Amino acid sequence: MPTIVLKKSVLEKVIGKKLPIDKLKDRISMLGTNLEKIESDEIHVEIFPNRPDLLSEQGFARAFSSFIGIKTGLREYKIKSSNCKVIVDKSVAMRPYTACAIVKNLKFNDERIREIIQMQEKLATTHGRKRKKSCYGIYPLQKINFPITYIAKDPKTIKFKPLGFKEDIPADKIEELHPTGKEYKQITESWTKYPFYIDCKGKVLSMLPYTNSDDLGKIDETTKDVFIECTGTDYQNVEIALNMFVTTLADMGGEIYSIEMIYPNKTSTTPNLNPSEMKIDINYVNKRLGLNLNEKEMIKYLASMGFGYKNGKALIPSYRADILHQVDLIEDIAIAYGYENFEEIIPKVATIAQEDEFEKFKKKIIYLLIGLNFLETNSYHLIPKTLQLNNMNIQSEVIPLVDPISIEYNTLRSWLLPSLLQILKENKHNEYPQNIFEIATVFLPDKQKATLVDEKQHLSIVLCNPEIDYTKIKQVIDYLLRMFSIEYTIKETAHPSFIPGRVAEVIVNKISLGFLGELHPTVLTNFTIDTPIAVCELDCNMLFELVSKNN
Amino acid sequence: MQQDIQILFEKLHPLERKVLPLIKENNTPDKIVLASKLQEVEVIRALQWLENKKIITTKEELKEVVLLDNNGRTYSKIGLPEQRFLEAIKSSSQMTDEIKKFAKLDEAEYSVCIGLLRRKNAVTIKKEANNLQITITEEGKKVLEKQKYDYQFLRSLTAEERDIASLTLDETESMNELKQRKDIIRIELRKPKTISLTEIGKELSKMNFSVSITEKLTQEMLKNNSWKDAKFRRFDVEINVPKITGGKRHFENQAIEYVKQIWLDMGFKEMTGNYVHTAYQDLDMLFVPQDHPARTMQDTFYLGNKKIMHGRLPKDFKKIKYVHENGADTGSKGWRYKWSEEEASKILLRTHTTVLSALKLQQLKKQDLPAKFFTVGKVFRNEALDWKHLFEFYQIDGIVIDPNANFKHLKGYLREFFGKMGYPDVRIRPAHFPYTEPSVEVDVLHPVKKEWIELGGAGIFRPEVVIPLLGEDIPVLAWGLGTGRIVSSYYGITDIRDMYKNDLKQLREMKLWIK
Repeated sequence: MPTIVLKKSVLEKVIGKKLPIDKLKDRISMLGTNLEKIESDEIHVEIFPNRPDLLSEQGFARAFSSFIGIKTGLREYKIKSSNCKVIVDKSVAMRPYTACAIVKNLKFNDERIREIIQMQEKLATTHGRKRKKSCYGIYPLQKINFPITYIAKDPKTIKFKPLGFKEDIPADKIEELHPTGKEYKQITESWTKYPFYIDCKGKVLSMLPYTNSDDLGKIDETTKDVFIECTGTDYQNVEIALNMFVTTLADMGGEIYSIEMIYPNKTSTTPNLNPSEMKIDINYVNKRLGLNLNEKEMIKYLASMGFGYKNGKALIPSYRADILHQVDLIEDIAIAYGYENFEEIIPKVATIAQEDEFEKFKKKIIYLLIGLNFLETNSYHLIPKTLQLNNMNIQSEVIPLVDPISIEYNTLRSWLLPSLLQILKENKHNEYPQNIFEIATVFLPDKQKATLVDEKQHLSIVLCNPEIDYTKIKQVIDYLLRMFSIEYTIKETAHPSFIPGRVAEVIVNKISLGFLGELHPTVLTNFTIDTPIAVCELDCNMLFELVSKNN
Repeated sequence: MQQDIQILFEKLHPLERKVLPLIKENNTPDKIVLASKLQEVEVIRALQWLENKKIITTKEELKEVVLLDNNGRTYSKIGLPEQRFLEAIKSSSQMTDEIKKFAKLDEAEYSVCIGLLRRKNAVTIKKEANNLQITITEEGKKVLEKQKYDYQFLRSLTAEERDIASLTLDETESMNELKQRKDIIRIELRKPKTISLTEIGKELSKMNFSVSITEKLTQEMLKNNSWKDAKFRRFDVEINVPKITGGKRHFENQAIEYVKQIWLDMGFKEMTGNYVHTAYQDLDMLFVPQDHPARTMQDTFYLGNKKIMHGRLPKDFKKIKYVHENGADTGSKGWRYKWSEEEASKILLRTHTTVLSALKLQQLKKQDLPAKFFTVGKVFRNEALDWKHLFEFYQIDGIVIDPNANFKHLKGYLREFFGKMGYPDVRIRPAHFPYTEPSVEVDVLHPVKKEWIELGGAGIFRPEVVIPLLGEDIPVLAWGLGTGRIVSSYYGITDIRDMYKNDLKQLREMKLWIK
């Protein structure tokens, strides 16, 4: 989630009021933004992704002053016509949507330029999904000659000076040479042509989705009027982004001018700052929140969050991207009402508790083993492939992760024993005997499952001390199965992890429940363990089924 | 007093009984070892116990002692070389060979002596033919006188080392002289322990130590009734004993068991389920848009060998598709994008236990309501390991499906749960999750540190989640809470990785979850 830095002084100027620091902290948190810290004049606030309109001081102050009751209700913005045109060529199918506007009579200083750049960056990362869905450019108006064309071209045919560069470079070198080209090139993987904004004199304004031109696309303190373009793959997303920019600039004192967008088969005018409407049912609001608001109160709370209201409908400001359903309005009403002001109630509803039967069964095993002085361990489900195969002298199919955090955690474990041996390896300095166990999930490839993975819970028991041998682990299994009244047989088997002649399967009703045995010295050596180990690993789900069937 | 002495006497360990009577005559451990014929460690141990019981006191003083070294031991018998040299010529001058013979000096000693004595003007040397004639001077006679003191000092060291502080002025001068020479004397630091009986000790040592005391009650004694005549030693029952440990649940699982019990006490049914799911179950069913940043590989573990594996979607997947694309019949606009089956069929490790809540909603029928469910289970996030982050950790999820549930109840359930966890002050703040509206962030006040700690998210499931799964817009209160911070704070763990370190010493020694 993006964090923005707001200047307290700017915020206070926009709100027109100074708040004590505690009140400020509290109100910022309760508005639905996460206050990280306040350092002298800087307020660091985390903005949730549903409120990109708060990513600038102006936007934040607008919401905040409504919330604290200074200037509530729907903001209205005037739009004048600029008579400027943007021609959208049909070639831009890879990024077909664009919306533009002009804002005049601005006064820029370092502070404002910082605010606009911060907003542009944060918005493109969140609302624009790292520029994939949309991105935005702002240009000093006086350098541009209208009409402008939005058109896709072969980058080999274009040369321009990208932002921050001293000379023109061929546009097809952007991905190699420009930092944004490197960063965002996967967006354009399948493109052969790239969309450009080009003015009527053939000068490049920008190459999408990478960079403005250094000649035309750089605002500074002398800039008074700006041209704004937003482009992307989703019209609504692009339009809301433009609305967030123009309203922010208007809040800075600018005047909004519209632009005529000329498509091959239609014309439209942007920006469109008309509020959208959504039906709001006061009974639904009260039921969900447990309140008893009347219409007047509800209107007041909506106004605190910047909404209007007319005839049972909420009027949603054109810069709000997050209102999909009236529950979104209900949340804003709850925020305006104050989360802290809701009572805490536990309703008197009778429901019957039920612990999961398998979980109960596992606890019975656990407490039997604790009675035998075993320690329960808790190991990761992700382990190195080599640990569960090579170290154990076996070959088998295991399930890898596509992008593991490191090779130490690159597969899902298919059995528990390697994890427990790793624990003993790391505990050689501690006191013996080291008798441990764990019941946990293992993962096996299984094409029959919708997820292609079968999950089972295994029980693994490990005895480690100088006097240990096969007999000791057999005694433990015998005790366990006797306590659960399971009749079983032990059948000698072969397993590469064990000493030949000291490994067996536990058989119940002709089905193997797992195995037990004394580990082969090569396995011990692989783990650099110098104390004998006897182990078992049983299918706990199967054990549970047997026990449930018997009882 | 006498009774106390009697009890004290009966408590004496067999070793103490052997050592105590010897202390009056012997005031150092060495002497006691000799007198008792016990091993040194046994004596030291017995003395330690006696001292703990205030039966004896010991005193240790740092002091410097002087003692004979290798050459010194020889010289203390036959005299210092130059002393012998001078003795040989004391009455009349002698030739070299004569001196060597009389003073028993070898060639090397002889050369050293000559050099030394000449420097001190103690002798005159006259060359005669191939020989030297050596005569003592007046100065030489004085040197010889002084040598006698040095010799006496050496002799005084033959019996035992001497405390430097106890030396006379002359002796100190001799010592300073001799310590500059090779291997004659050595100065060492000593920390001698002297033992004396306390008043109690004196009383005790008057007791009759010849009475036989029984240390251990044996099966034999019980069988042959000899216990009747036995006098059992009284044990010091208050003394520290060696520590033992036993079998135990892992400390984190003790806490998890308690968490489960709270929800059971509150009438919730337990949900369990798999770790591996399709993105469809884990994310799409919960209305998380397919381009949501949390779905990227930076946050989520997808399964597959270099390429992500794709599982199978259920037959009715389109109801989820339409909700995402246009809201379907939920009254929502939807996310308004093209929903991808490919994206939904990706296989992942569950990123939250909320996936079980979603699956549970799908199974419920109207007659099951109202209903309350919880689960406590592991979740996985693609996060690098460090002292405050794990890639695998427990999460608590709960849902209340009740036509009459509302936001106030959500606050009520959360407060009740955290109160039982020992955190009675709960605060909620606005937050954002794609599947709840209103959404809240849950903080609790640490009762000691008085800091708010973030413990998870909660809210009321969006109709876009509930309607496709349950078939109707019924309020579903939901939460997904972390346990890590409460559990590690309870056990005093500062590095969260300790939860999975499985250091057996730590597992053995860790205090119980006492709640």
